[in-house]
Amino acid sequence: MKSTRAKAGIASLLILLSFSTAAWAEKILTVMTHDSFNVSKSVIETFEKNNGATVRFMKSGDAGAALVQAILSKKNPLADVFFGVDNTFLSRALQADIFVPYNSPLLAKIPVRLQLDKTNRLLPVDYGDVCLNYDKKWFANHKISPPADLADLIKPEYMGLTVVENPATSSPGMAFLLATIGRFGEDGYIEYWKQLRKNKVIIAGGWEDAYFGHFTAASKGDRPVVVSYASSPPAVVHYSEKPLTKAPTAALVSSNSAFRQIEFAGILKGTKERKLAEKFIDFMLDIQFQEDIPLQMFVFPANTEARLPEIFIKFATVADKPAMVSPKSIETNRDKWIEAWTTAVLR
Amino acid sequence: MKSTGYSGKWLLLALPLLYLTLFYFYPLIKICLISFFPNGTWEPEKLHSLFSTSIYLKIIWFTTWQALLSTLLTLIFALPGAYIFARYNFFGKNLLQAVMTIPFVLPTVVTAAAFRALLGNNGLLNSWLVTAFDLAAPPIRIDQTFYFFVLAHIFYNYTLVLRIVGNFWAGLDPHLKSAATMLGASPTKTFFRITLPLLLPAIGSATLLIFIFCFTSFGVILILGGPGNSTIEVEIYRQAVQLFNLPMAATLSLIQICINFFLMWLHARLGKNSTIGFFGDSAQETATRTKTTLQKTIVAINLLFMILLLLSPLLALVIRSFSGKNGPTFAYYLALFTTQTRSVFSVPPISAVINSVGFGIGAMIISVGLGLLASTYLASKKGRHTTMWDAIIMLPLATSAVTLGFGYIITLNTPPLNLRDSLALVPIAHSLVAFPFVVRCILPSLRQIPDNLREAALLLGAPPLKIWQKVDIPIIKKAVATGGVFAFSISMGEFGASTFVTRPHTATIPVAIFRFLGQPGDLNYGQAMAMSTILMLVTSTAFWLIGRLDTPRPEKDIV
Amino acid sequence: MQAKTKHLLKVTQLCNSYEGSPLLQDINFSLESGEILCLLGPSGSGKTTLLRLLAGLENEESGTIFFEDTDISLIPPHKRNFGMMFQEYALFPHKNVAQNVAFGLEMQQHTTGEIERRVQKMLTLVGLKGFDDRKIDELSGGEKQRVALARSLAPEPQLLLLDEPLGSLDKTLRDRLALEIRTILKSFQVTSIFVTHDQSEAFSVADKVAILHDGILQQFDTPENIYRYPTNSSVASFLGFRNLLRGKVDSNSIFHCKSFRLHLGNTPSISSTDATLLIRPEGATLKNPPSAGSNRSSITGKITKRQFQGSTYKITLISDGENLVFELPLDPPVPNTGCLIHLTLSPSSLVLLAR
Repeated sequence: MKSTRAKAGIASLLILLSFSTAAWAEKILTVMTHDSFNVSKSVIETFEKNNGATVRFMKSGDAGAALVQAILSKKNPLADVFFGVDNTFLSRALQADIFVPYNSPLLAKIPVRLQLDKTNRLLPVDYGDVCLNYDKKWFANHKISPPADLADLIKPEYMGLTVVENPATSSPGMAFLLATIGRFGEDGYIEYWKQLRKNKVIIAGGWEDAYFGHFTAASKGDRPVVVSYASSPPAVVHYSEKPLTKAPTAALVSSNSAFRQIEFAGILKGTKERKLAEKFIDFMLDIQFQEDIPLQMFVFPANTEARLPEIFIKFATVADKPAMVSPKSIETNRDKWIEAWTTAVLR
Repeated sequence: MKSTGYSGKWLLLALPLLYLTLFYFYPLIKICLISFFPNGTWEPEKLHSLFSTSIYLKIIWFTTWQALLSTLLTLIFALPGAYIFARYNFFGKNLLQAVMTIPFVLPTVVTAAAFRALLGNNGLLNSWLVTAFDLAAPPIRIDQTFYFFVLAHIFYNYTLVLRIVGNFWAGLDPHLKSAATMLGASPTKTFFRITLPLLLPAIGSATLLIFIFCFTSFGVILILGGPGNSTIEVEIYRQAVQLFNLPMAATLSLIQICINFFLMWLHARLGKNSTIGFFGDSAQETATRTKTTLQKTIVAINLLFMILLLLSPLLALVIRSFSGKNGPTFAYYLALFTTQTRSVFSVPPISAVINSVGFGIGAMIISVGLGLLASTYLASKKGRHTTMWDAIIMLPLATSAVTLGFGYIITLNTPPLNLRDSLALVPIAHSLVAFPFVVRCILPSLRQIPDNLREAALLLGAPPLKIWQKVDIPIIKKAVATGGVFAFSISMGEFGASTFVTRPHTATIPVAIFRFLGQPGDLNYGQAMAMSTILMLVTSTAFWLIGRLDTPRPEKDIV
Repeated sequence: MQAKTKHLLKVTQLCNSYEGSPLLQDINFSLESGEILCLLGPSGSGKTTLLRLLAGLENEESGTIFFEDTDISLIPPHKRNFGMMFQEYALFPHKNVAQNVAFGLEMQQHTTGEIERRVQKMLTLVGLKGFDDRKIDELSGGEKQRVALARSLAPEPQLLLLDEPLGSLDKTLRDRLALEIRTILKSFQVTSIFVTHDQSEAFSVADKVAILHDGILQQFDTPENIYRYPTNSSVASFLGFRNLLRGKVDSNSIFHCKSFRLHLGNTPSISSTDATLLIRPEGATLKNPPSAGSNRSSITGKITKRQFQGSTYKITLISDGENLVFELPLDPPVPNTGCLIHLTLSPSSLVLLAR
């Protein structure tokens, strides 16, 4: 009596589970990506209509976590396409050998300097400069000139004004650490950070916390300088409660002060929809998707033919000389650099 | 005859164990194996730093003692609250209890924002003090310190004591206290010799839960504590995601599990030894209105504390969701309901609410069901190895969300467990954390019921309706309701492993909040606050409704 | 020089209410040392409230409680050295039998040896020798009751309050334990107040009985006097008397009600002419035929029920629309139901009550 009831319970649980494997009539393309990925509905609908397919997205945590999951599941891939490997993780992704090469014809329209993977397993989709943002009004009110260079932050007048993200837990934090390494070199960056620490820098856990928790322009915080993106000022204008004609924040993109994060997409090894996946990569690199990028993800399109929205033209800046660190060097040294940084700044 | 009774008992545990095996042990063991033997061979060099530096020992030590301190402080502050909720009736009690549970569902980023708005360097209190006393700099500087996250831990876990201990307290026979008084015990002696020992099972449950929560704390420490304070959970994330050192992450996860397992085993052992049946049908302690000045003062001080610590941060959030650049505004709510971005992922707030509540109810049903089965087994004197099973059931709570999340990715992708894109995965992942919670809520009360009575209410073998009638013993009903409340809120707050299993197409309220917080702009922040306010409103309404369900029937005449 | 009163406990003008409705009104009584008082009344009559006021577990609104001529209203309950036994015993579930009994002694800070000695003495007294290590939930109802009694007596309280101590036991056990409790209380010479709603329990335990009804103390007297002379109809009906007639008394001490004319043997003490007459069931004799002219009262009626009870017959008569119950001796034999009979009532069986 009792056992039958229990069995019935188990059976119904299994029925519940098997719902997941319901068959689909259409072709399905699964795209694995990170939590910050965004795209307009209409854009995806175009692809679906043109190819008679359904696109499903799988968001799997932040960029690092999503990549780890893709690597872990390489024997039985969860998706056909992966979007969101950035140049700080590029080397890890290539080493794990989870992508197949695809020489998309659209690569011709993308600057070579963005094409970091010469095997074309990972293709650049967008880029953004991680740099300092500052609160214009705060500096005007306090009659201090805003920082013009990374080196300014360690001056006494900038004491207690900066908030950055922890490179161990945040992707812009890591990018900013790389900017300082690119700028001051492997020998000099630790000294710079020690000075920053003396100047009472705040290390926030993540971007949300730094920006909405400490940055004077966006919170009750007391830090008028924050590590964010060069495209943050247009976002502030775009997402303003009251229409703005001027951006209340500005990005510092002077030479060797920013780190360029390039985001790549690739086709996962073992996909059963290889053709469709290639079409989707082409689609991502093509004009419609590329022009959708700025206002959805607030980064710059990789395709040079994509027109920028007005708000970007007006308020966004691009670093002409970002600090450079090679992906290979990043992957080999990441552990060491973060450890050294932690020791210098936190302990 | 004996053997049938025994196998019958086993069935109570069978379903919860099957559930744990499928959704906990299988993923956990597989991720550990893959981490340690990525290519079929053991690669010990990645664990080298574990033994070569003292950093990890320091991290383990810090994790343990901050959890101990947070737990202790929460108990000290919340026990008086539990007392007044158990013993007195006052205006708005039910509503207040519902509101006090809100912190439990708030995403860390939102909590941090609320605390900064109040206690940050430019926060309300500091700016008020600066103006009032004409100070040059804000006097309260606890941001990015130890104190800030301990305060947040109290904020999060207060309600656990309030509900678990408070409900249990309300169920104590009031005559026991009178009996001690009449035997010459002063109020202090009565408390320490009679009331406290009787409350221990409930206090033990609450303590264990709070400790595990603080031990595995991630976001609160990361954001409020500043980067200098790192727990094992933070380190696991760093090792797994940033450094891609999976063997190290797995090792740390196992260390975390072992420490907690030991504590849970210890708790279960002590709890088993103190098994006492003192349930009486008329033993409901009736809450009274405050009469004397002393009583009124006690209640007032407690309420004041709750308002200061728990309500004011919540209120700050609500106010923030209505304040624009030029004074009060509905702009964020309007934006929330009208100007949806064209994003493929954007969901109208109503859908987010429906998704959240739906998953919440799903998780609640699964975990209350499993929790009832497991607690009935554990409370039974005939059960075997109950201490061990008790501790094992608690394991999911103490397991790193990152590790388990990765485990899900590599295990739940093949039929018949191909769940990674299934709607069922969300409530399943949530109930994995909620189910141990329910057990902790129900078990102390269930143990109060003498064995023979419990036998009569044996949950298996009676048709569902009968079950409910039999469980309709007021004490159990209350405990089950408490467990249900927490199961629901764990799901609403998207705890732990769920961050890896959110489905972008069925976004919940917390997912919507994070989406807004991902990009700059005051409209984004405002909408996040508005969405948080909606989350608070939805959850407190749900709690209030559940609270109404377990309001005792018309007072019994004890005169 | 005022002579010291001999009352151990004196209650004057005690009043209490709950959320506006009165629970107790103007309660006055006193109790001598060593006496056992039973508070008897239906549930809701206020007897438990009165007990809790005496214990100090609740505060009186007005009135005074004197114990040994001292007003004790400001003494907290744990310093009064009163004992209390609760309805469901309220034994501490986390302590064993011996620890329960020892609790009050520990509070009085006796030495360990003294505590041990007195615990043993108490357990022997209540017949639970050797039960020391038993857990509370392993005890039967009767055993729990004994532990509770031992626990409340152990600290040698000056006044013992017992709140329906036999309430949750079955009838046979109750009758046996009631006598046992009286024996134990008397052997301890402890002044006690015993709350119950069962009159036979009250009568077998008490030296004095106080009858409470609707928060008012109706009667305070010895069990015998209460049984013989209930002061009013509510007391009488609470005591279980069925034959209550409402009528008038004339100057010749004749009670008139419907067609009844009943001669009261003694001069009525009640001034009002409106009164209630109680006819005791046991004072009637069967007579045949009726002798006229006697100044003895008699009643004629039809038997509707006839119940053999061993030593008596219990019969129900219907007479002029009133159902009256009598207990008749076996001799002379009582006719069957349906027969018309005549009963002579002895003067002592007629008690005139206030309305």
